[in-house]
Amino acid sequence: MRRDIPLLITGIAGVVFIVQYFIPHFPFNRFSNWFSDWFSIVAACAIWLGALNLFKLSLEKIHARREGWGYAVITIVCFLLMTVVGFSEGRDYSKVGTGFDWLYNYVYSPLSSTMFAILAFFVASASYRAFRARNFEATLLLIAAFLVMLGRVPIGDLLSGFMPPGMRLSQLATWIMQFPNTAGQRAILIGISLGIVSSSLRLILGIERSYLGGD
Amino acid sequence: MEHGAKSRYEIPVLIAVVTLTLVIYVARHAEWFGYLQLSAGLSLILMLLVAGSLIWILIRTLDGNPAGRRMVFLYVAVAVVLPLSMQLTQKIEVTPEVNQLYRGLQALPHGAKVLATFDYDPGSAAELQPMAETFFKYAFDRGFKVIIMGLWPQGPAQANMALTKVLSEERYKVKSLRYGVDYVNLGFQSGNEFVIQRMGGEFKSMFPTDYNGTPYDSLPIIRNVKNFSNIDYSFNLSAGYPGTKEWVLVGVDQFGFKMGAGNTAVQTTGMYPYLRSGQLIGILGGMSGAAEFEEITKYRGKGTKFMLSQSFSHVVVVVFIIIGNVAYIMFERGRATEKKKKA
Amino acid sequence: MESGLMHHVALWLAAFLTLGIFSFLYRDNTWYKVCEAIFVGISAGYWFVAYFWDNLYTKFWVGVWVTPMADRPDDWYVLYVGAALGILMLLRLVPKVGWISRWPLAFIVGATAGLYLVTYFASNVMLQIEDTVRPIFGAENDAPIYEIIGNIVVAVGTFTGLIYFFFSKEHRGAFGRAAKVGIFFLMITFGASFGYTVMSRMSLLIGRMDFLFSDWLKLIK
Repeated sequence: MRRDIPLLITGIAGVVFIVQYFIPHFPFNRFSNWFSDWFSIVAACAIWLGALNLFKLSLEKIHARREGWGYAVITIVCFLLMTVVGFSEGRDYSKVGTGFDWLYNYVYSPLSSTMFAILAFFVASASYRAFRARNFEATLLLIAAFLVMLGRVPIGDLLSGFMPPGMRLSQLATWIMQFPNTAGQRAILIGISLGIVSSSLRLILGIERSYLGGD
Repeated sequence: MEHGAKSRYEIPVLIAVVTLTLVIYVARHAEWFGYLQLSAGLSLILMLLVAGSLIWILIRTLDGNPAGRRMVFLYVAVAVVLPLSMQLTQKIEVTPEVNQLYRGLQALPHGAKVLATFDYDPGSAAELQPMAETFFKYAFDRGFKVIIMGLWPQGPAQANMALTKVLSEERYKVKSLRYGVDYVNLGFQSGNEFVIQRMGGEFKSMFPTDYNGTPYDSLPIIRNVKNFSNIDYSFNLSAGYPGTKEWVLVGVDQFGFKMGAGNTAVQTTGMYPYLRSGQLIGILGGMSGAAEFEEITKYRGKGTKFMLSQSFSHVVVVVFIIIGNVAYIMFERGRATEKKKKA
Repeated sequence: MESGLMHHVALWLAAFLTLGIFSFLYRDNTWYKVCEAIFVGISAGYWFVAYFWDNLYTKFWVGVWVTPMADRPDDWYVLYVGAALGILMLLRLVPKVGWISRWPLAFIVGATAGLYLVTYFASNVMLQIEDTVRPIFGAENDAPIYEIIGNIVVAVGTFTGLIYFFFSKEHRGAFGRAAKVGIFFLMITFGASFGYTVMSRMSLLIGRMDFLFSDWLKLIK
């Protein structure tokens, strides 16, 4: 029961979505609609599970007075603050001007965007220290990166203004993006997709079971 | 100084910085002095100074004394901040992929129903928010009916931010655009590509109410919109999963609507195969895509403003890579000569 | 936008948090860690609330309770199955019965596998191959030279790139040389991706610097 029922559920859900693609009529369209609705609700519960798990782990950390437990207190306080404000606002919690919206704009947004923004410094530093033209392949990578980096900003055309039309940096960057890049990305895309197709088939047929864990 | 080591100057420097910041804040908010604007001449001098100091870095690196992490960080910060106050203009060339997207929008009639999907969070707002603002301006000027939704929970909030900004402009205030008639925000729904799949049958099933809880059928703009067949165009702003790729795979290819997309630069390169195969009608890639979109629509905003910083920061990264490689080649040559001598 | 004191509080709070994250560039420190903890808590809270109101309430509660019976679809009650699966998922938090969360997990895995199998094959394999083998000289034999070269590059690049990814055969002889050409295309692709990654990261930094110097300090217009 612990393994067979999940395998059956996986198989049925998978087959329904495959069949409805080719026969989008009753009853398969109805099944696929039901399953999509269920998926939506289960996905929301999975997010809840994640958030509650974070809450639980943080509480455990505080209880055991593990290293950094003070930060866990901050995490819990902020989590509770956001949820209390969000739930007390009601259904239109995210309307412009609500407390939730204020927290989103002045706490969540700056933190979220700065977390990604600091990567700019590390990208530059890593490029300086590690991006080397060690062989022909790496040199190709480097040249393509240079052409795209300079060709996609206005200064590129300023630097290559003396070149004949068609050979300016912006045009070279466009050519690289439209042809060699498309070719490479397409090869990657087809390769990955074939992998996904075969993995999906293994999952639906019950050959791949690792997602069910032990026992 | 080693990264992570403490310095005795830390506290005094911190106090000085905080004091200076407070003074600047008070002075600027009380308007005791004007904005910091660097003239073209001064900008040129500063650029020459930065270039000169980069040559110094090259010499140091060749001497076997490469710049530390913090030095590189400083250059990146300077390359980003200084151009923000420079009075220099650049010519922005519009790439074919942006042109394609614009032509797709241009072909739509007045009153066309456009599904605007916001699949990003504040982490990518710097790149995508200018695109969103330009899109709203263009859509409202052309009289499109805009239906907003998101597969990311933060997406509809980002849309609201862009809407608030655009609608506060005098040009759009006088249009008296009405929520529920000219535009609507359906909000977010969980389920990733399954939301798209379900919307293929019926939008209402995934969005029984809008973002504020108003029932679907009571909103005139969407009352007659059953599914994708009632949509003229879809404009997707995406920063990852779920995003443009999922809209193409499940939406465009199964339900056959036309779609153009604005992507973060990181994601853009992977979308070119869809662009070439016609699964996507045009793409705006990163900040440069945003600037080009502003250029072609003539609504110049933050994308255009930021391109100078973007140019400078790219040049700095390129120069640092060149310095690193010059040092590497010299070092390798040195080693080769030594080997020859030994042999 | 708020006016008065709250506006200044909001600006200072956002600036304090922004600089706190940036302080990591100097070194790991308490200010950064506090900001990080706030980010984790606020994010989790945000997701918790958003998924409740936008999904559990709007999708489930409105569907089975708020919507008048006459307006409901005939199969409205199946939403209860979704809710039941959701509850089973949450039972993972209870160690003794946690195993039952495999059922909704199996459902998620199965549904995703089914949808991906067909959509990835149709869109990412078939349509992409179809577009790769388009007429080299254009449909009307009137393609400009730029396009002709491009068509050849795309066809050769995609084919050789795929050969490189084919590991079931040793990369030797003509096959190996084709794989080598594939590597060259992949390198150009990675180079372009790197260039765009730099652009992306710099854009985000510009956005934050614009906030600090324009919105907060008002130094820049």
